[in-house]
Amino acid sequence: MTEECELFECGHRACGGCGPALAARLILKATGENTIVVASTGCMEVFSTPYPETAWKVPWIHSLFENAAAVASGIEASLKKQERDEHVVCICGDGATFDIGMLCISGAFERGHDITYICYDNEAYMNTGIQRSGATPYDADTTTSPAGKCSTGNPRPKKDLPAILAAHGATYVATASIAYPNDLIKKVQRAVSTHGPNYIQVHAPCATGWGFDGSQTIAVGRLAIETGLWVNYEMMNGEVERVRKVAHRKPVDDYLSVQKRFRHLYRPGRNEDEIAKIQAIADANAKKFGIDLNVVKEE
Amino acid sequence: MMEILEGSHAVAEAVRLCRPQVVAAYPITPQTHIVEALASMVADCKLDAEYICVESEFSALSACLGASAAGSRVYSATTSQGLALMFEVCFNVAGMRQPIVMTIANRALGAPLNIWNDQQDSISLRDAGWLQFYAEDNQEATDLHFIAYRVAEDHRVLLPVMVCFDGFILTHTYEPVDIPSQEAIDAFLPPYKPVNILDAKNPMSLGMYATPDYYMEFRYEIDQAQKRAKEVFAEVGAEFAKQFGRDYSGLVEGYRLEDADMAFIAMGSICGTVREAIDEMRAEGKKVGLLKIRSFRPFPSEEIRAALSGVSKVAVLDKNISLGQKGAVALEVRDALYGSEIDVKGYILALGGRDVRQADIKAIAGLLEKGEGDQFFGLRTEVL
Repeated sequence: MTEECELFECGHRACGGCGPALAARLILKATGENTIVVASTGCMEVFSTPYPETAWKVPWIHSLFENAAAVASGIEASLKKQERDEHVVCICGDGATFDIGMLCISGAFERGHDITYICYDNEAYMNTGIQRSGATPYDADTTTSPAGKCSTGNPRPKKDLPAILAAHGATYVATASIAYPNDLIKKVQRAVSTHGPNYIQVHAPCATGWGFDGSQTIAVGRLAIETGLWVNYEMMNGEVERVRKVAHRKPVDDYLSVQKRFRHLYRPGRNEDEIAKIQAIADANAKKFGIDLNVVKEE
Repeated sequence: MMEILEGSHAVAEAVRLCRPQVVAAYPITPQTHIVEALASMVADCKLDAEYICVESEFSALSACLGASAAGSRVYSATTSQGLALMFEVCFNVAGMRQPIVMTIANRALGAPLNIWNDQQDSISLRDAGWLQFYAEDNQEATDLHFIAYRVAEDHRVLLPVMVCFDGFILTHTYEPVDIPSQEAIDAFLPPYKPVNILDAKNPMSLGMYATPDYYMEFRYEIDQAQKRAKEVFAEVGAEFAKQFGRDYSGLVEGYRLEDADMAFIAMGSICGTVREAIDEMRAEGKKVGLLKIRSFRPFPSEEIRAALSGVSKVAVLDKNISLGQKGAVALEVRDALYGSEIDVKGYILALGGRDVRQADIKAIAGLLEKGEGDQFFGLRTEVL
């Protein structure tokens, strides 16, 4: 895998251990070079295209923060008119996807354009300095949802965007993680070979924003899956098809305690109530998607 | 062929003849009839374009940007609030040098909500990098679209164009309009030949971020392209005149200015009213004329100076106001005439569709003679 020609080149300016940079590299391995990438404003755009340099060896366009899906709609229409066959793939952050770009995404998905929209989800506005987005998990400490004397961090759970886009009639919806690269590549390949609109949400841990050492990005990504706080699944035409099962689901503490964004839950002592709520989120995920392999089914 | 057409339908016919490959637009009064007409043409196979029914004007222009970047000729139309919603994309389209043509059915901006004509919408985007052409009547609105694509796509320019015509006053008025044949327009406007596009065979990055080391040069290049657009406009206008017999080669156009000592300056449909008023005043022995501004961007400063060389007083009619300052056209005319002896006075009028008649133009001439200006004209003081 690593010996192939890279379409997302090294030499960009991402932080060490950047989850989104790894996501970009893996996504382009899957799409191949017959691809046009549409980016939103954000970390990835800034670290990969400081004029006059670019890390992208496929055609790439960035317009604004919130309009990638609309720009992609136009590109797709333009290609159709010219009888061209490039894949149109949006690669955008969670702020651009869950929040400010929702209108454009909703329009593009409702209209049924043949595009694949991939969100690299690092669960906050990292480019502007770690502010809360609609993708930020419950209780995460960000600069606009700070933990404090009367706050335990982000007061709301993560928005269920895959379900929202499935409800728009998306053909293929999947979640993936940079910690499972072969799975991610397969899902992107499936998306670009399926007539869209398609959506993939990629869990992409951010060492800087979440507060862990850059050598631990994959480990942190794996813990999200192993605790049930992130579930990898595929949906085709609105129905869940495949789910990554977990043999021995770990307690959420294993994931929370290695990240500074949750450290307030352990200081001065373990915040039993709040961690119980987060465990309940993981348990609900596990039940909803049936990820536990070692659970006896209830009668 | 001469046809009696509603302004919007005449513009839609012009757009059809320009063969856009992608159209993305959103309904908004008083522009809606244009995009409805285009949708019908696509449905009837009279226009071979991808028509994207977007969910907002913001997405309309964003989709146009993508379509243009992928190498297609594209079109949109909007007005007022819709254009305001496009604000961010407008700057982006010009910055990325995409030659999109967009019709603006000029309308007031709220609050209060008002669907009627003034030119605040497009004037407020004068700094976005788009060329802005203003039509006086529906024939000119029609023809300016052919010229707009030629100028926009010229490799010396590569900038987007707003073709502006007054909402309701023109969009909803039936006039005889000569619609050229497809063969004639094909001969005048060849297929779009883009320079840099999104293409997997020749990958490049568009819309990168530029640090202080590079940003200013991008802005300079756009300004240079705006300036080059002046000669391209004149060139294309002259070619159009040769082929179709209607001359739009001037960025400005004078009317009875030859021996005038007093001149009006205006843009858009109000010019028709001013012409009539000038004829009446001329009959009364007053030496008045009109200088119509056809291109507000690029701004024809030199052309204005040359056209007004024999004039001592100028009344600028502004259907817009830079609140807390003056009308935008008056301000720019003053700049163009800086250092001359000409007395320039501005009049803010017709905001939100308030009617302006010949008698009003004559009353403004009276104010100018007395040296009274830089004021609103036609205010209903009883409701203040």
